[in-house]
Amino acid sequence: MKILVPVKRVVDKDIKIRVKSDNSGVELANVKMSMNPFDEIAVEEALRLKEKGQATEVVCVSVGPQQATETIRTGLAMGADRGILVKTDKAPEPLAVAKILKAIVEEEKPGLVILGKQAIDDDCNQTGQMLAALTGWPQGTFASKLVIEGDSILVTREVDGGLQTVKLKGPAIVTTDLRLNEPRYASLPNIMKAKKKPIDEKTPDAYGVDVSPRLEVLKTGEPAGRKAGVKVKTVGELVDKLKNEMGLI
Amino acid sequence: MTTLLLAEHDNKTLKDATNKALTAAKALGADVHVLVAGKGCRPVAEAAAKLEGVNKVLLADGAAYEHMLAEPVAALVHSLAPGYDAIVAPATTTGKNVMPRIAALLDVMQISDIVKVIAPDTFERLIYAGNAVQTVRSKDKTKVITVRTSTFQATGEGGSAPIEEAASAADPGISTFVGEELSKTERPELTSAKIIISGGRAMQSRENFTKYIEPVADKLGAAVGASRAAVDAGYAPNDWQVGQTGKVVAPELYIAVGISGAIQHLAGMKDSKVIVAINKDEDAPIFQIADYGLVADLYQALPELAAELGKAGR
Repeated sequence: MKILVPVKRVVDKDIKIRVKSDNSGVELANVKMSMNPFDEIAVEEALRLKEKGQATEVVCVSVGPQQATETIRTGLAMGADRGILVKTDKAPEPLAVAKILKAIVEEEKPGLVILGKQAIDDDCNQTGQMLAALTGWPQGTFASKLVIEGDSILVTREVDGGLQTVKLKGPAIVTTDLRLNEPRYASLPNIMKAKKKPIDEKTPDAYGVDVSPRLEVLKTGEPAGRKAGVKVKTVGELVDKLKNEMGLI
Repeated sequence: MTTLLLAEHDNKTLKDATNKALTAAKALGADVHVLVAGKGCRPVAEAAAKLEGVNKVLLADGAAYEHMLAEPVAALVHSLAPGYDAIVAPATTTGKNVMPRIAALLDVMQISDIVKVIAPDTFERLIYAGNAVQTVRSKDKTKVITVRTSTFQATGEGGSAPIEEAASAADPGISTFVGEELSKTERPELTSAKIIISGGRAMQSRENFTKYIEPVADKLGAAVGASRAAVDAGYAPNDWQVGQTGKVVAPELYIAVGISGAIQHLAGMKDSKVIVAINKDEDAPIFQIADYGLVADLYQALPELAAELGKAGR
């Protein structure tokens, strides 16, 4: 079984972003970019399934600018077999990405697509579910455990009240949550090897997908700030303030 | 012009997230119909019918909807969609799971996790873990929207809408519910609690949550939360996680104990009305957003806090 893992190039999780002063967006020039952390978990899970002998090939796909090749290389250095870059300089929305992925699914015929549950830039949390709708496949979102049993995929999901387990009839779409696994670091020899692994370059046009945005971004602003308050010296003083000053307790 | 709101419930009671999302749904300016999909869930539909400003309740009662699996529920909503201009749900794990599937079936781009309705087609939403606010206008014919419940007040009772049975749609039959492990607690739910006390990595163990955090929570009638670091370390269950990828909360009072204040945690709690931070590192970033900071060792401060609250009559 082949596993497809879509990966997104995003601002590194440890970078504090800045909103552009003209409110036209977030400053992305000369900012460290990395693979979306949830996508790293997706790559790791696919590799573990391959190491267990339950998958035969792991293919990383990225829809983005030329530099998204680096993101695919990160996946290849972790151990994925090959990559597909769908090159576009527009920032495609989840719906457009899902349509491109659907076309790739038809071409590649994977048994499983594992995606990050959300990208830490737009925080949309949509692409996996949309791909599931477009392919007509079942979805196991926010996975903290994934078990393949014959033609079925058992997914334990992190839900508001605790955990829920669903059984999906494969092929299926799974999106990762934080507790699914801890992604490996790529070793130097594997980084060198990854340079030789093939990456196909495509365009959205080649798949007949229009990536024009459906949502018009009118403005990107700073959130309302919050100032530091006062330091209290003792627990007694804290309780006094909460009770008598704020009337909270 | 009509808006369809997908109700959040457990087949017995209507969840507060629905009341909050209803406030956002009403802000779109159209009539609101509430869809209650589930199994044996008429009491939920009756509760929804009493909410102020609900014009009609649709009840889809069937075994396929018992656990709100995305595949049958999306098929159901898709079949009802032609009658609606907007489809709204709270951004709970159920809403987040089902709504993008509906949006893609309708070929529209979902507007996730809105914090403000500016016009029926224009919304504010947070990006980059709440470090930027985007104003977006949707050009799609149907608006599919999830609502960040922490930023909307709950709508109360005061209505008496009719309840109609909705025809169920065919279950695609590609997914089945196997089981669930739900946390049992007498405490309020995180997303609707007035007071929350959360612990971070400094708690060091699950036992310390029980020994130090929970007595204070019980005195305050508070919900218990945790940072991602504490959940990852196994000190707290995943459904306690507050943050960008966990729950987003905005209680009257948020007490952060042994939490340094990583961006991703702040994203989940910085809209709280009053924030208290207890941390022994006086340079911890959490103090930059706390209304009241106490630099102290939590293992001394928490028992003292429980005792002081006792003296204060809690």
